[in-house]
Amino acid sequence: MANDPIHQFQISKIIPIEVGGLDLSFTNSALFMVATVAVTALFLIMGTSGRGLVPTRWQSMVEMSYEFVASTLRSSAGNEGMRFFPFVFSIFMFVLIANLLGMFPYFFTVTSHLIVTFALAMVVIGLVVIYGFAKHGAKFLGLFVPHGVPGALVPLVTLIEVISFLSRPISLSVRLFANMLAGHITLKVFTGFVVSLLASDALGIFGPITSILPLVMGVALTGLEFLVAFLQAYVFTVLTCMYLNDALHPSH
Amino acid sequence: MATTQAASETTGEHAAGTEVPHDAHASVGFPPFNSETFASQLLWLAITFGLLYWIMSKVALPRIAGILEDRRDRIAGDLAEANRLKQEGDAAVAAYEQALAEARNRAHGIAHDTREKLKAETEARRGEAEEGLSKKLSEAEARIGEIKSAALSQVSEIATDTTTTLVETLIGKAPTKTELSKAIDGAMK
Repeated sequence: MANDPIHQFQISKIIPIEVGGLDLSFTNSALFMVATVAVTALFLIMGTSGRGLVPTRWQSMVEMSYEFVASTLRSSAGNEGMRFFPFVFSIFMFVLIANLLGMFPYFFTVTSHLIVTFALAMVVIGLVVIYGFAKHGAKFLGLFVPHGVPGALVPLVTLIEVISFLSRPISLSVRLFANMLAGHITLKVFTGFVVSLLASDALGIFGPITSILPLVMGVALTGLEFLVAFLQAYVFTVLTCMYLNDALHPSH
Repeated sequence: MATTQAASETTGEHAAGTEVPHDAHASVGFPPFNSETFASQLLWLAITFGLLYWIMSKVALPRIAGILEDRRDRIAGDLAEANRLKQEGDAAVAAYEQALAEARNRAHGIAHDTREKLKAETEARRGEAEEGLSKKLSEAEARIGEIKSAALSQVSEIATDTTTTLVETLIGKAPTKTELSKAIDGAMK
């Protein structure tokens, strides 16, 4: 496969399934979604199997992830927001574990496909809209009309608010997708240089020597990508919490 | 091949890459924009994410919440117990202090009473002694007076006798009693 940096995003069928002309095959992407769920579930359930009053290191990590998401949700959506906790926690863990699994060489990154991140974003926005209307009815539309705006400006501000609301699923999904995609391409390109330089005859002895530079870069980028993997999961979660807060308290 | 237009945008980027033998339908271009895979990804995302949500909400999170709750309860319980013990200790200290103060007061009282009693006894005994002494003194004085008056009464008698004898010897004639007593009384004044 060598140097094609796009190849890592290729979806290949593992078990072909076709229903009514629609391709629903179990692919490598599906495999890594299953792996994400399995890793998450094992991490959380086996980590807490001791139910220790004094936690082990593993249980400590589980509790830390719980408290981390809980405090994020509570700080942006208040105590009422805690009813969405299982959902927000699932989102965080799914994105985080999918991102981290993608860091393994030859592993597929589920979140590097726009359709996946967009679907997750639409679930969030769909939940916000449905819950918002179910709880507040027409008052939910007050979200688009901020208080304290002079009368003449209301239509303009409302228009801006509507556009910003509609762009939320796009920005939410594209941010995660683009970060994962770009990071993996960069990583692949730089580490590809190492191989190319080692293999090139044209540079003679300088080929292997200069190949250290992209190697150093590759190591640094790997560290950065781990940070990005966590950070993007966190950003996705924080924004989810803020949007859910809008559904809970639509008046500005 | 619905994404050929999307693919054509990106082919420029990786056309330079070596030609790789892809899977059957893999060479359609930029994979994330290949809409043929969308349905499958959405389906499997729905299944896996749904499963994850179910596991989280039914198993994992209640379990972690239970552990955290237990710990919080235990800590709160232990703190309450410690508080209770501290209060008990405080109460014991207070009781001890009170008992000590009482005992001290009682000791003071006893000491005071004893001192008073001793003082009274001493006073009484001193009074008795003084009384005895003054009685003896007055008795002695009375006796001295008696002796003195007895002596004095004898003095005039002696003086009378002596004078009678002297006068008789001098003039040969005893003086009359009245003259004599007048003269002696005058002399003794």
